[in-house]
Amino acid sequence: MSTRIFGSGIRRREDPRLITGSATYTDDLTLPRMVHAAMLRSPHAHARITAIDTSKAAAAPGVIAVYTHADTEGGLQPAPCAWLLPDSDLKIASYHCLAKDVVRFAGDIVAVVVAESRYQAEDALELIDVGYEPLPAVTDPEAAAAEGAPKLHDEIDGNQAFHWKVAGGDVDAAFAGADVVVKDRIVQQRLIPNAMEPRAALASFVGATGELTVWNTTQNPHIVRFLTSLVLGLSEDKIRVIAPEVGGGFGSKIAAYPADFLTMFCSRKLNRPVKWTETRSENYQSTTHGRDHVQHVELAAKNDGTVLGLRCTVHAGMGAYLSTAAPGIPTILHGLMLSGVYTLPAVHEDVYGVYTNGVPVEAYRGAGRPEATFMLERMMDVLAARLDMDPADVRRKNMIPKFDDGHEVVTTLKYDSGDYPGALDKVLSHADYAGLRAKQKAGPANGTYTGLGLATYVEICGLGPSQVAGAIGFQGGLWESAIVRFHPSGKVHVFIGASPHGQGEETTFAQIVGSELGVDPQDVKVFHGDTDNTPMGWGTYGSRTTAVGGAALALTARKIRDKAKVIAAHLLEAAVEDMDYEDGKFFVKGAPDQSKTIGDIALMANVAWNMPEGVEAGLEASTFYDPPNFTFPFGAHLAVVEVDAETGAVALKRYVALDDCGPQINPVIVEGQVHGGVVQGVGQALWEEAVYDEGGQLVTGSMLDYALPRADLLPDIEVLSTVTPSPHHPLGVKGIGEAGTIASTAAVYNAVMDALRPLGVTSVRMPLTPERVWQAIQDARQAKG
Amino acid sequence: MTVPVSITVNGQRYDREVEPRLLLVHFLREVVGSTGTKVGCDTSQCGACTVLMDGVSLKSCTALAVQADGAEVTTIEGLADGDALHPLQDAFWEKHGLQCGFCTPGMIMASHELLRVTPDPSDAQIRHGLEGNMCRCTGYQNIVRAVRQAAGTTAGQP
Amino acid sequence: MYAPDFAYYRADSVAEIGRLLRAHPGAKVLAGGHSLIPLLKLRLAAPPALIDIGRVAELKGIAVADGRVRIGALTTHAEIAASSDVARHAPALAAAAGVIGDPAVRNRGTIGGNVAHADPASDLPTVLLALGASFAVATDDGERTIPAGKFFQGMMATALGDHDVVTAIDVPAAPGGQGQAYEKFSHPASRYAVIGVAATVELRGETVGNVAVALGGLVPAAVRTGSVEQALSGRAPSAEAIAGAAAAVSNDLGDDLIGDIYASAEYRRAMAPVCVKRALTAALKQASVADAPAARSPWWKPSWL
Repeated sequence: MSTRIFGSGIRRREDPRLITGSATYTDDLTLPRMVHAAMLRSPHAHARITAIDTSKAAAAPGVIAVYTHADTEGGLQPAPCAWLLPDSDLKIASYHCLAKDVVRFAGDIVAVVVAESRYQAEDALELIDVGYEPLPAVTDPEAAAAEGAPKLHDEIDGNQAFHWKVAGGDVDAAFAGADVVVKDRIVQQRLIPNAMEPRAALASFVGATGELTVWNTTQNPHIVRFLTSLVLGLSEDKIRVIAPEVGGGFGSKIAAYPADFLTMFCSRKLNRPVKWTETRSENYQSTTHGRDHVQHVELAAKNDGTVLGLRCTVHAGMGAYLSTAAPGIPTILHGLMLSGVYTLPAVHEDVYGVYTNGVPVEAYRGAGRPEATFMLERMMDVLAARLDMDPADVRRKNMIPKFDDGHEVVTTLKYDSGDYPGALDKVLSHADYAGLRAKQKAGPANGTYTGLGLATYVEICGLGPSQVAGAIGFQGGLWESAIVRFHPSGKVHVFIGASPHGQGEETTFAQIVGSELGVDPQDVKVFHGDTDNTPMGWGTYGSRTTAVGGAALALTARKIRDKAKVIAAHLLEAAVEDMDYEDGKFFVKGAPDQSKTIGDIALMANVAWNMPEGVEAGLEASTFYDPPNFTFPFGAHLAVVEVDAETGAVALKRYVALDDCGPQINPVIVEGQVHGGVVQGVGQALWEEAVYDEGGQLVTGSMLDYALPRADLLPDIEVLSTVTPSPHHPLGVKGIGEAGTIASTAAVYNAVMDALRPLGVTSVRMPLTPERVWQAIQDARQAKG
Repeated sequence: MTVPVSITVNGQRYDREVEPRLLLVHFLREVVGSTGTKVGCDTSQCGACTVLMDGVSLKSCTALAVQADGAEVTTIEGLADGDALHPLQDAFWEKHGLQCGFCTPGMIMASHELLRVTPDPSDAQIRHGLEGNMCRCTGYQNIVRAVRQAAGTTAGQP
Repeated sequence: MYAPDFAYYRADSVAEIGRLLRAHPGAKVLAGGHSLIPLLKLRLAAPPALIDIGRVAELKGIAVADGRVRIGALTTHAEIAASSDVARHAPALAAAAGVIGDPAVRNRGTIGGNVAHADPASDLPTVLLALGASFAVATDDGERTIPAGKFFQGMMATALGDHDVVTAIDVPAAPGGQGQAYEKFSHPASRYAVIGVAATVELRGETVGNVAVALGGLVPAAVRTGSVEQALSGRAPSAEAIAGAAAAVSNDLGDDLIGDIYASAEYRRAMAPVCVKRALTAALKQASVADAPAARSPWWKPSWL
């Protein structure tokens, strides 16, 4: 049974409620006496508030309360930053839930209105008079770091939030001894995560008990509870945070936001349930964005393609304030990945975190790793072009050979296991890379140029050992927890600390229990996302839920198995060491005919009529699993594109993704994660960008302007895999949530540049819109004369 | 000003007084309490609010409740026949055509429309037919597979 | 997402529409609502009242008579795209109606509402201009007819008076030997036309007869491009002649080109001849087919379509 359950693409357990409209997301909830909040957001990117008059709004129909910063003094602390990056001169500006004196991005909250209906709350927003004295604004991270840039925070010089470095090997020697040095300036444009469910909070404070219950669209309810206790000054035991059905996150639901805290604050003030749900436009101007790097990168190599060193400087836009986990994203999760799948002898990177008059930047699917992978994979292609080598050959030449149990790279990470050349070769042969290259050599047809783009990657997942978390300044642990409880009937309840929101762990975790204990996954119900009913956990992000939480669960199941074996031995009147276990059955070695199932044991343990001496009643166990190391999934992707040189339009024709996440618990779910991840990365390459104008106004303020991938613009993705177990994980699994996104932006970008190579184009700013590609072609033609 | 409306939702008639500005999606979610229909954007792009009105798809965030006066509206909650899932629902489940599930009600209703108009669509027609519905999780591929599986059944029939 | 409050009146006849408009100054007409409701939700418009004309039966339907296709103002884009009459007699209109927004939008959006809104990035004004359509309009004094060439007056501005309402659109049926095409460069997010080009071309033996080409998305209101039309008319339809004629579009663009973060004015200026060329090529291909089927040529089309 175990082999059938683990690795089987069974239907998801969470789906029946989702396909029938029965699932309950935060905005679907209604409580008695519930009222509605709406936020007045600054229309200015940077301005001094000279006056606020809320009297007309307060008198409007249905309005119950209007609050501004002055009302929150003493009752609401600033939203905390919880990743205190060490050795980086980190400077954290206060992120007040309601702007105090100055607004620093278009979207900063100035006032909150609570009314009987949301329509009335919106009506009242228009009646608040705010006097603004506009200040100069800056949204580009390089410009914000330059001398003379508008200063966001009085106490912070040069808008510099931090300066972080990673260095290994002798990079100066590497460049001094190089035959070739290739350089590029890469802009990782600002992106909007666009989880389909807008963010929402429903807060219910009951004065009589002093207890606060919060339903929140979050990826990490326990972290929200902890931060809420700090911000609202309530003790943690009085706070219950529930992440009900959560409609995607992609990093944007990691942060604990001012609007969430304000909703709680209003409920506490009014002693009534208060609900707030953002509109999509509001999401664009307030929920965290991703990426926003300007990267200057140089790669040193020998003439035969051997890479000697990498040197880079990154200006990472952080937005107006540091979001909850923000400082760790462009640093720890980025700089430590710079060796990629290669033997890189030397590296040096300076990362400057810069305050800008934009929405705070946080983790966005991949979080730092796509930006690192892109940098490295782009430079491999630039090097290949310079040396007139095939991009696959340059990669192969520098790849770390296959290893099963540990490989330390120059950034000090110790990769767990990998077969990078194997992954690349499998992709090339599947796609008939040689044939595609031969066809490409025949030249363009009707002005249409074909390009092939590769990206190979390794990612740091399964975050991570708590000792490391402490060393890198993360203000929490990174272990995970699980409780497994057998009922007398043999049915199982599982309680986990992590908080999946679409990734399918209600199914894969049931499969883990099923395969470890021989129960039908349909009999295993997984509970998550409620701080009152689940053990502590650190959340779902960084491809860590299955990698860390899954390990906690597997170990818990094994504890149950050990106890069950003792009970079975007692019932079969045998010695424990003579017992065997297979496929859910306990039996005396050599006598499988007489056996006890886990169901038999569950019943006996629960009624406890005949237990072995000294063994407690009940069949329940728990584990707090702190991983010994990160996990390191890897893969190789290939994109095939066509570029219409007359217009600059790019069409993605084919996409092959090979990802190795170790053994796959449910291959159908794994494939779904790859599809979605790849498409998000394609979106960055071709369509998506949050654009601010000179004054700091978000020009892509709605879905009318921000182009998300749509069904009709995409080909089918060809999904391949290899299986290289992690040696340190109880199940060998590594994580798959972010893999697709990490590779696909680079693969598509490299493909377009490959197509444009005959035209002399070497660099185009993403996204690769028709105009940008067309303009690059014109510029290259002009440069050629 | 309020206006009387009579709207039948999933077979149940609702006679209510509404403000003219009330969107159909808010009528469904807040007046009727049928929260399966979602709101994902404010510009008629994402399709999360797609429902059927008199058998034909519309984005219920871009219609006023008063415009639906006298009409029959079918939402995701009205698609299954008792405990028996509609073929589209079953196909989305079977083919892993959803992850977080937020776009799913609208996506299924848009797929219903697609199969009503094109009972046996090609993959390209499916992708084209779903151009007004956004999903951030699946990359659409398993949704295409689900619609393809449901095609040829009675999926497009009311 | 939450519209400001307004009063609501429902008309059940064309006469009633006029009465309600006169009684409620500043009121807006609500047809399918797909131009108006988004503006209300974003609070970019706050009319005191809406006059819902959605149930006026006499404004619905498609009929062919006297060499023209008459399309009621409340006819939806989906109905137009699916109409065999439109496909036969005005294939470019069917093609354009089929690439507006998405299926659910096409199910609700109406041709009358679309033209009255007069968004330069919309598809129908462009194609109706090229096809020489005219608009039947109910006014205070009865009815008048406005040719498409006089109807679209600027960015979201039309020849309609405060109390006027479009009742029907008349499109001349395509004569034999005429090919039609609508070439659309879609915005990837909004699905509006960055550039839309509608073309009709008559083929008389080996030479090109009458040509009509209209442009959308480029300047504040849809316009005809006489330079292209004259350059191609009377010529043999070679690739060179088409490209040469298409290049002449530059003469008609003026200095007031639309530009935005997705496509600058310069880029649109450079793409105009490309789109015109592709529209003309597609229209000529249709003209050369005896019983021309519906033209359909999205500007960027994946090969697997």
